[in-house]
Amino acid sequence: MKPAPFEYVKPSSVDDALTVLTEGADDTQPIAGGQSLTATLNMRLSAPVRLVDLNGLEELRGITDAGGVVRIGALTRYRDLEQSDLVADHLPLIKKTLPLIAHPAIRNRGTLGGSIAFADPAAEMPACVTALNGAIEITGLNGVRKVAAGDFFKGLYETDLQSGELITAIELPKAAPGSRFAIQEFARRHGDYAMAGLVAAAQVDGATVSDIALVFFAMGGTPVAASSAAAKIAGKAIDADAIASAQAALDDDLDPFDDTQCSAAMKKHLARVLTDRVLTELAGG
Amino acid sequence: MSDQVSDQGGLTIHDRPNSYIGRGVPRPNARRLIHGRGTFTDDIKLPRMVHVAYVRSPFAHADILSIDTSAAEAAPGVVAVVTGAEFAKRITPWEGVLTHLQGMRSPPQYPLAVDRARWQGEPVVAVVAETRAQAEDAIELVQIDWKELPAATDMMRAMDADAPVIHPEYGNNLCWERNVDVGDVDAAYASAAAVVEDSFVFSRHTGVTLEPRVIVADYNAGEEKLTVYHATQGPHMIHAILSKHLDLPEHCVRIVCKDVGGAFGIKVHTYGDEIGAAVLSVMLKRPVKFAADRLESFTSDIHARDHRIEGKMAVDKDGRITALEIDDITGIGPYSMYPRSSGIELNQVLNLAGGSYDIGSYRARGRVVFQNKPLMCQYRAVGHPIATMLTEALVEKAAQASGIDVLEFRQRNLMADDDYPRNTVSGVPLEKLSHHAALAKLTGMIDYDGLRKDQAASREKGVYRGIGFASMIEVTSPSPAFYGVGGAPISAQDGTTVRLDAKGNVIVSSSVTEQGQGAESMLAQIAATAVGVDMANVRIITGDTEMTPYGGGTWASRGTGIAGEATVRAGRALREQVLEVAGIMLQSDAGSLDIRAGKIVDADTGNERMDLAEVGRVVYYRGDTLPKDYQAELVATRHYVPKAYPFAFTNGIHCCHLEVDTDTGIVKILGYWVVEDCGTVINPLLVDDQVRGGVVQGIGGALYEECIYSPEGQLLNGNLADYLVPMAFEMPDIEVGHVSTPTADSELGAKGAGEAGTAGAPAAITNAINDALMPLNARLTINPMTPERILNAIGKV
Amino acid sequence: MTETARLPEVEVSLTVNGERVTRRIEPRMTLVDFLRLELELTGSHVGCEHGVCGACTVRVDDEIVRGCLMFAVQADGTNVVTIEGLADGGSEDDLLEAFRERNAVQCGFCTPGMVMTASDLLARYPSASRDEIREFLSGNYCRCTGYQAIVDAIEKVSQSRAGGGR
Repeated sequence: MKPAPFEYVKPSSVDDALTVLTEGADDTQPIAGGQSLTATLNMRLSAPVRLVDLNGLEELRGITDAGGVVRIGALTRYRDLEQSDLVADHLPLIKKTLPLIAHPAIRNRGTLGGSIAFADPAAEMPACVTALNGAIEITGLNGVRKVAAGDFFKGLYETDLQSGELITAIELPKAAPGSRFAIQEFARRHGDYAMAGLVAAAQVDGATVSDIALVFFAMGGTPVAASSAAAKIAGKAIDADAIASAQAALDDDLDPFDDTQCSAAMKKHLARVLTDRVLTELAGG
Repeated sequence: MSDQVSDQGGLTIHDRPNSYIGRGVPRPNARRLIHGRGTFTDDIKLPRMVHVAYVRSPFAHADILSIDTSAAEAAPGVVAVVTGAEFAKRITPWEGVLTHLQGMRSPPQYPLAVDRARWQGEPVVAVVAETRAQAEDAIELVQIDWKELPAATDMMRAMDADAPVIHPEYGNNLCWERNVDVGDVDAAYASAAAVVEDSFVFSRHTGVTLEPRVIVADYNAGEEKLTVYHATQGPHMIHAILSKHLDLPEHCVRIVCKDVGGAFGIKVHTYGDEIGAAVLSVMLKRPVKFAADRLESFTSDIHARDHRIEGKMAVDKDGRITALEIDDITGIGPYSMYPRSSGIELNQVLNLAGGSYDIGSYRARGRVVFQNKPLMCQYRAVGHPIATMLTEALVEKAAQASGIDVLEFRQRNLMADDDYPRNTVSGVPLEKLSHHAALAKLTGMIDYDGLRKDQAASREKGVYRGIGFASMIEVTSPSPAFYGVGGAPISAQDGTTVRLDAKGNVIVSSSVTEQGQGAESMLAQIAATAVGVDMANVRIITGDTEMTPYGGGTWASRGTGIAGEATVRAGRALREQVLEVAGIMLQSDAGSLDIRAGKIVDADTGNERMDLAEVGRVVYYRGDTLPKDYQAELVATRHYVPKAYPFAFTNGIHCCHLEVDTDTGIVKILGYWVVEDCGTVINPLLVDDQVRGGVVQGIGGALYEECIYSPEGQLLNGNLADYLVPMAFEMPDIEVGHVSTPTADSELGAKGAGEAGTAGAPAAITNAINDALMPLNARLTINPMTPERILNAIGKV
Repeated sequence: MTETARLPEVEVSLTVNGERVTRRIEPRMTLVDFLRLELELTGSHVGCEHGVCGACTVRVDDEIVRGCLMFAVQADGTNVVTIEGLADGGSEDDLLEAFRERNAVQCGFCTPGMVMTASDLLARYPSASRDEIREFLSGNYCRCTGYQAIVDAIEKVSQSRAGGGR
């Protein structure tokens, strides 16, 4: 199918972009990497009157060292992240996750900000940003605000981003000494959206785990932080008992729904398997 | 064999000097495809060409109460908006029945729904515009009042008394039923040492050719001639159909088939949206293109499989199979597809079940039912994966029940290699097969004992690996008994014309088509060999009903066996013509000469006498130098139709080694081996890749592919992200071996190889998974074996 | 709907296979449709229009992209290389020839996208293993070959380039 007709606007500054978005309100759609949006436009699942192309906004591209955090411009492409020394040095979880995302030709165009804004519940990056306790920098005509990732994802394809606003950057804390990260996902084919996936971030001191975050993806409408399960691990060493108690707590954390690849019951089963495998990986360093 | 003539110097095609038979040469038409210089039908742009897109039914079953096209007609770029009722005035309907499938029924069908839609995706209104995008814009403006009706979607309930009847005039949803009863099945059960049973589910899947269906119809009103560019497997078939139903004389229709981006049986049927483009071209007197997009492909291409089968097998105390019984029901959508019918897949299942084995008795019931889903019809390996899987799953289960290793059990039960000709238990004649030789060859390729040891050791560590086998037979090169006898305009013969140009090159035109299998390479290799020239001096023409002899096209693994043989004969006839002229020119006995590498030579010594180009020069430009009473001919056409057997059966055996993650249900294929016997191999490079590509399609059916429907008949995964096809990362390397049992029905001895991979893979994979899971008492007899179904079987979900 | 039916066309200028081109187009035209319909470069194919099959893969400013997931207007000012440009360019002759020799092409519909992807793979990972080749190709759908021949062809080029056999 071909997209419905739309007007095309390519602003030369973030302010210009925000002005167009604000004036256009719900009829106006920003496009970043376009690797999800273009497909929905091609299928006429979405038909905005106006498309605002952010790709000219160089100020939204780039990865910088901002003290305790790495600041990633919203328009930074996955390919840029793959090639970044800052990411390799300070964001090992992101580095580990990139090869799981779709395919090279998609990663060449897809952007971190676009993925966060689109908020596909089966996507890896929203879960990673949540597990890392990152911050989403949102800019509107009224100014800039930062939202913790945990507060950003509200529901299925629903976020804290308001009409007339743009994500301008994502800030991710640098990995601290003693921090460990793991991600695993079960997809039927490499590069597909997963049937279920789990990201873990924790501090490990000797064998003892603290500051642990377990965030599932493809397990509900948003990235799902499994706080009950995480609480079973915090302050303990990761062993079979701890894993079993975390698995037992998952029922309090998870309420997935069916998709065409996988029933909710299957997802809950896979969540237990992921918990075992990801915690084991975490324990292994 | 009656057509066989004694060859120059007593040579057959197999003894020719500089032969290309059996050589893995690259395809002559590959480079332009690799360089992006092919011409696929969607690449064609004609003057004044317009584009048609269709409003399709959003419901599986609904009455069309009214249609308002006025807003669409007023939209920018729109040329015409045409309803199904208007199409019905301009074309005669078709009926997808074959008379030899006795009792089959299917009502007349028009290109578009007329007053009732019977599947989600059925075309309802055609919108023609200057661009495809404009046609899609206008589609949104067509207003249709629908009255949704209860849908019959579950084939298991389609025959229930309270099921919605799709064609009320029939009283129920039965399309066709066939029964087979051979020998005394009940007596075999009574005396059996063991009887094993399974219920099989083969889910609906579809072909997903990477190039969607596409047609450009160009009616020239001045000439009263319809030229159609069509991605098709059977140009002459669609030629006959368009001529008949549009009421155009046959010689006023021309079908041109350029490059085809994959077909696999998808592109050999009568689709209303394609016929609609031809009707519109006649109506509008200008070229009309219809190119299906991926989304409409999923709801309008034929679907395949969709069988539920109860299977039962009896073995005696010696581990010999004594009975096989099956009850098959298949849902085919609301109509039987024209002109091949949607009964053939079930018919094949009934014909082929147990077909590799020496079985005393067989009972089968098959029912084909209508339902409110897209039409089901012949897709690669028609019926074979189903017959092979049910048979082979029961064979391995029976082996286990008998306490016999699965290979040893096959050795006891496979038809003996020296026991031909004979019939299958269902009564289909077999010329000569090589099951035991193939099995022996396979065991030489795999380290069976090593795999079993690894399996045992792995289980100790909680790793579940399995080894599965599938012996199989494949229908190839069908005779007129397949379709022609049933009244379909589907030719079982093919023709090849071979001519010499003035410079000594050979121009070959043939009625088969190329969809990537390498048909043109096969024709070039055979023609070069038969005439005696280099392949570089051969040009192949296919896919044009005005330029090639009449013939069936490319389907049912028939190109090499049938058109290849016609080419052997045409090439030899041209060689004889050339040598006749050369004999006169050289004042030598034609019988003492030969053509080798483009030169006229003395047959005995190989000494060069004259360049082939010299023959061309003299015949075409200086006929005055030849005797007055002699007229040279440098063109020959020969046809071939198989007659001795209804099909040239091939056989083979597959082995799959895999590992199941019993926590996730994800399967990793560790190794895959196939031994195939397709008779004479023309090009091993191409044959092996046919087998590999076929295996991967079989893996698709076994592990990934399924059209998932809601109870209301809505396709839930009709896009390429949610319908899973096999991709590179998960696919194994596949090792292919050969045994060669040429058919004596032709000089060439070649049989087909296009479907063997797809035929055997689901069975081998199913058996391997069940072998892996045996310690867990889990068994799967449903395809695809998704991770969730595997965990269901294990009991974890 | 009529109010959206005729939106202004936009001008787009870019370099395609070394040639500067300018056209006025609707913004909704995807890059692959632009190449095929406006420039008649029909080697890039349309297989799904939702970014899954890879048949439309082209190079934009030295990176491979899905031609169906980018609008032509977004390619304004870029340097695009299609299969035709790659084949005529001469630098990938060994890859093209390896595809031919190994029969890594059947129907040929996926092939231009496969070649574009393989070319990028060989540039990025000159010594990729078979598994890595399969992983890199995992976004390109081929219904015919079963992929093995394609992997073989790329592996052969990788090995011969490493051995200085170019």
